[in-house]
Amino acid sequence: MAKEIERRGIPVALISAIAPLPIAVGANRIIGGRAIPHPVGDPALPPDEERTFRKMLVSRALDTLTTEVQDQLVLPLEGP
Amino acid sequence: MSKTRVVHYINQFFAGIGGEDQANVGPSVVEGPKGPGLVLQKILEGSGEVVATIYCGDNYVNEFEEKARDAFVEYLRRYQPDVVLAGPAFTSGRYGLACGLVCAIARELGIPAVSAMHPENPAVELYRSRVHIAPTAATTAEMLDSMSRASTLALKLAGDQPIGPAAEEGYLSRGLRYSQVASDDVGVRTVDMLMKRLRGEDFDTEWPVPTYDRVRPAPPLEALEQSTLAIVTSGGVVPKGNRDGLQSARATRWYSYSIAGRPSLSSEDWESIHGGFDTTHANRDPNRIVPLDVLREFEARGAFARLADTMYVTTGNQSGLENAIRFGEEISDELVKTGVDGVIFVAT
Repeated sequence: MAKEIERRGIPVALISAIAPLPIAVGANRIIGGRAIPHPVGDPALPPDEERTFRKMLVSRALDTLTTEVQDQLVLPLEGP
Repeated sequence: MSKTRVVHYINQFFAGIGGEDQANVGPSVVEGPKGPGLVLQKILEGSGEVVATIYCGDNYVNEFEEKARDAFVEYLRRYQPDVVLAGPAFTSGRYGLACGLVCAIARELGIPAVSAMHPENPAVELYRSRVHIAPTAATTAEMLDSMSRASTLALKLAGDQPIGPAAEEGYLSRGLRYSQVASDDVGVRTVDMLMKRLRGEDFDTEWPVPTYDRVRPAPPLEALEQSTLAIVTSGGVVPKGNRDGLQSARATRWYSYSIAGRPSLSSEDWESIHGGFDTTHANRDPNRIVPLDVLREFEARGAFARLADTMYVTTGNQSGLENAIRFGEEISDELVKTGVDGVIFVAT
């Protein structure tokens, strides 16, 4: 889906907890998320820290939209 | 001849541990067959034996790959199989990836390995060159046939028998080429093929050209602060009650929902109906899938101009490629029509 949208010239920041999948399928802008059931959340964190974490991911996603991409841009989520 | 020692890999569901609520369980191993391994054991009868079954939660393998890898290496060293068989995983993406990983690890340890899954399982693309994968139908209804195909391949590989081309042996093409001696020289074969083509008959090329469907990256947004962004998700997040009846798996439709004026997605009004993971955490706070709360903050701060009033939703669970492409095209039409410049896409 992300590829078809990019094909139309609209950049897509794809947040996914399983980066190998979109990498294999060929998405262009990939941001590693926390977990499959909650890519942009982390129930293990207190609410304010969880929100900070979500902000960090969304901020990364926004950055990829303004980044020139040659091959594939992959921003993995560093360890828990 | 002694029986072939087979180690079988299955996920938490087939191991009888539980469904999505148990997808986070770590790796384990038991001696003998378990779940679909009983079918495998029956097929192998006389020629092979399932000496152990490794199982793990689908989320765990994908989220803690390094830890899972360490455990799998230890289990494989402990049971010293002649061959590893993983799955069948049918269309389950996470299970398919786990099967691919186990097989790839086995190969690194010098153990032949086979998996089985649907040709459209996303793990196929990732592992096909390293692992022999038997094709399966989309659902578990074909367990017996799928397992038979995989076990035939497994026994061949374990017995050091040469494996022929994919088309003959019935596994998914690995994209590798091997030399063989042809019956006729190249001129004769070329003219034969040309004649077949001219007569409109079927012919097989000896040199299939690989097709990589790569999309050229869209140009970056020049001014984020002047851009309109839209949310697209395959996380199955819908208005509570799912009035449109979006499917929880194998979705054939997508829906658009208004988020105009909403500061965040409240658990009172929204829920995920995704059938491929445990939605407990997402349903306590749907912003864990669709980060509307935080996007509103960035919008208010002027990081980007505006969030589109509409978000686009489907369920990415055992999805067919054809549908996914169609969803992408149809949603693109809407995005272009409504002047959206960029997309935040959350995939679960």
